[in-house]
Amino acid sequence: MGDVWVVVDHENGETSKVTSQMLTAARGLAKEAGGDPVAVFCGQGWETAKERVSKFGAAKAIVAESEDFSNYQTAPQVEVVAKLIEERQPWGVLFASVPSGKEVATRVAARLGLGVLADATNITIEGDKPKVEHSAFGGATIVQKTLKGGPFLICVKPNAFVSEEAAAEVQEDKVETSISEDAKRVVVKERVEKEAGGRPAVDQAAIIVSGGRGLQDPKNFELIEGLADQLGAAVGASRAAVDAGWYPHAHQVGQTGKTVSPQLYIAVGISGAIQHRAGMQTSKTIIAINKDAEAPIFQLVDFGIVGDLFDVVPKLTEEIGKRKGGG
Amino acid sequence: MPLSIAVCVKRVPDTAAEKKLDDGDKTLDRDSVESILNPVDEMAVEEALKLKEANEGEVTIVCAGPEGAAQQAIRKALSMGADKGVHLKDDSLHGSDAQGIAYALAQVLKKGEYDLILCGAESTDARTNLVPPAIAEHLNLPNLNFVKNVETSDGKVTAHRETDKGHDVLESSTPAVLGVVWGANEPRYPSFKGIMAAKQKPLETLSAADAEIDASKVGLDGSKTEVLEFGARSTERQKNVVDNKEGDAHVKLADFLQQQKFI
Ligand SMILES: Cc1cc2nc3c(=O)[nH]c(=O)nc-3n(C[C@H](O)[C@H](O)[C@H](O)COP(=O)(O)OP(=O)(O)OC[C@H]3O[C@@H](n4cnc5c(N)ncnc54)[C@H](O)[C@@H]3O)c2cc1C
Ligand SMILES: Nc1ncnc2c1ncn2[C@@H]1O[C@H](COP(=O)(O)O)[C@@H](O)[C@H]1O
Repeated sequence: MGDVWVVVDHENGETSKVTSQMLTAARGLAKEAGGDPVAVFCGQGWETAKERVSKFGAAKAIVAESEDFSNYQTAPQVEVVAKLIEERQPWGVLFASVPSGKEVATRVAARLGLGVLADATNITIEGDKPKVEHSAFGGATIVQKTLKGGPFLICVKPNAFVSEEAAAEVQEDKVETSISEDAKRVVVKERVEKEAGGRPAVDQAAIIVSGGRGLQDPKNFELIEGLADQLGAAVGASRAAVDAGWYPHAHQVGQTGKTVSPQLYIAVGISGAIQHRAGMQTSKTIIAINKDAEAPIFQLVDFGIVGDLFDVVPKLTEEIGKRKGGG
Repeated sequence: MPLSIAVCVKRVPDTAAEKKLDDGDKTLDRDSVESILNPVDEMAVEEALKLKEANEGEVTIVCAGPEGAAQQAIRKALSMGADKGVHLKDDSLHGSDAQGIAYALAQVLKKGEYDLILCGAESTDARTNLVPPAIAEHLNLPNLNFVKNVETSDGKVTAHRETDKGHDVLESSTPAVLGVVWGANEPRYPSFKGIMAAKQKPLETLSAADAEIDASKVGLDGSKTEVLEFGARSTERQKNVVDNKEGDAHVKLADFLQQQKFI
C-alpha cells in the first residue's frame, strides 16, 4: 500500500514529543501497509532533528531546508508537503494535531481534493484503509471514522500514543525548495515571547497542573508553577483564572481553550464545570485538590483531596521533591 | 477606503445540553439539542464591527446550515450591528464534512468582493479548526489563524497569532481569511434597538445551485470522511477521594503518584 509519512513538528530542529509519538505510530502502520516510516522535515535545524527521528525509527527522511518556513506562516509548508504527496503518493501522512499541524493538513487536503481527519487518538488499518478513533462532544463519545480515498491525511492528538525508541539508520533525501510568491503572503514580522520558556506547552505536555479561581490571586499561581516544575509539567488554567487575567489564554483548558489528554491532569482549585471538563476529561489519570467535597470535579478523579490548596500544595511539592531525591 | 468584511458564523449545540448522533446516518441529531451561536464566532463578529468602526464599510454574515438555526445565528450577529446576512441553505449540504463545508462557504464567499473574511478559529462542536484554512485554500487567499488585535490599512492586515509562549505578529496582503481566537475581545450585547433593527436588515437565502456548488463535493456522499461507528466512552475512574482532616493527604497523594510512576 505504501509509506507512512510523519510531518515533523519542531522548532529549529527541536522536535516535539508528538513527533516521537507519531513516528512510533507510523512504524506500526508502515509495517502493515508494506512501506516505510518516513519523516518529512521542513525548516531549519535538520541536524538536530535527524538525531531524534532516527532514534524513533524513521527509515527515510525527506528534508526541505529553508528559512522561508519560519519567515512566512504555514503556506510554504503547505506548498512543499502537497507537492511531495502528489508526486510520491504515500499510503498516509500523519500531522501533529496542534494549530500549525492542522492548518497545514487542512490546506493540503483542500489543495489535493483529499479528506482529512483531526484529533486522532488511535489509528488501525482495516482492509487497506485507516480506522481512526477520536473523541466527540467533549470526550463523552468515541467515534471511529475512515477516509474514502488516499493518500490518507490524519492529525494525531498529542499523548494519544506512547513513544517507543527503535533506532534506525535514516536515509536522507534532501529536496530543493522554491517557494512561490503566493506562499509568502503571510509574513512573520516578530515573535514576542512573554514567558520565560522551560515548561512544556499545554497541548503537548504529558503532565498538566492547572489552577482555577480557588487560587484567589494571580501571585498564587506560583504554587501551581512550583508543583508543575517538580513534575516536569505544563501549567494550565480554568477560564475563570484566565478571564481574571491571572494567566494567559494559551494555557486555558476547556471548551474555549485547549482540549488535552495528558497522562496526568491535576486540577487545583477548579470546580470542574462542564466546559472545563470538555477540555480534560479524556486525560489518562485525573487528580483534584478542592476544599469543597461536592465540587463536580470529584466525579471524574482517580485520586482526590478534599482540603485547602494553600495547605496541601506546598506540602505536596515538598514531598515529591524529597521522594525524587531518592527518599 | 471602506472595507467589505464577511464573517462566517455557525450555530452549535449548547454544551450543557445532551447531545446525540443520529443512529441512521451518524450525523449530529441537531433536533435533539439546544443550540447557540458558536461563542468564538461572536468574537469574530465583534472584531469585524470594530474594524468597520475604525475604517467604515460593511459587514456581511455568512452561515451554512438548516433553516431555523442558521437564521437565528445570522439575526443574532445582525442585532450586534452587522449589516446583512447570507444564508446558504440546501438539503444537499446535510452531512458535509469540514472540507465539504469549507468548499461550499468558499463558493458563497467568491460571490462577494470581501477584503477580509473572518471566522472563529474553531467551533465548540466540531473543534476541528479545519474550516477557516480550508476556505482560504479554496479561495487561494492567505490565512492568519488563531489571531486577535486585527488591524488593517492600505491593503494590508496585521494581527497577533497566539502561540504557547506569547504571540507572533503576522502581516499579510488583503484579501485574507482570518480565524479569530477565543478571548480576542468582549463581544457587545445586542441592544434593544439593535434587535429591532436586525429584523429589517437584508437576509439573502442561497441554494447550492445559486452558489454554483458542485453537488458531488458536498453532503454525505461528497464527504471524504466517513463515520464507521460511535459509542459512549466508558470512563472508569478510581474515585479515591481522601479528606485532608489529618493534614497528611499530600503523603497519600505522593504514594499514589509513585505507584503510578509519575515520580
Ligand atoms: C461558552 C462557555 C465556554 C466556557 N469555556 C470554558 C473553558 O474553556 N474552560 C474553563 O475552565 N471554563 C470555561 N467556561 C466557564 C465554566 O463554566 C466555569 O465558569 C469555569 O470553569 C470555572 O472556573 P473555576 O473552576 O476556576 O472557578 P469556580 O467554579 O469558581 O471554582 C473554584 C473552585 O475552587 C475551590 N476553592 C476555593 N478556594 C479553595 C482553596 N483554598 N482550596 C481548595 N479549593 C478551593 C472551590 O471550592 C471551587 O470548586 C465556559 C463557560 C461558557 C458559558
Ligand atoms: N456551517 C458553517 N457556516 C458558516 N461558518 C462556518 C460553518 N462551519 C464552520 N464555520 C466557520 O469555521 C469556524 C471553525 O469551525 P470548525 O472548523 O468546525 O472548528 C467557525 O467558527 C465558523 O466561523
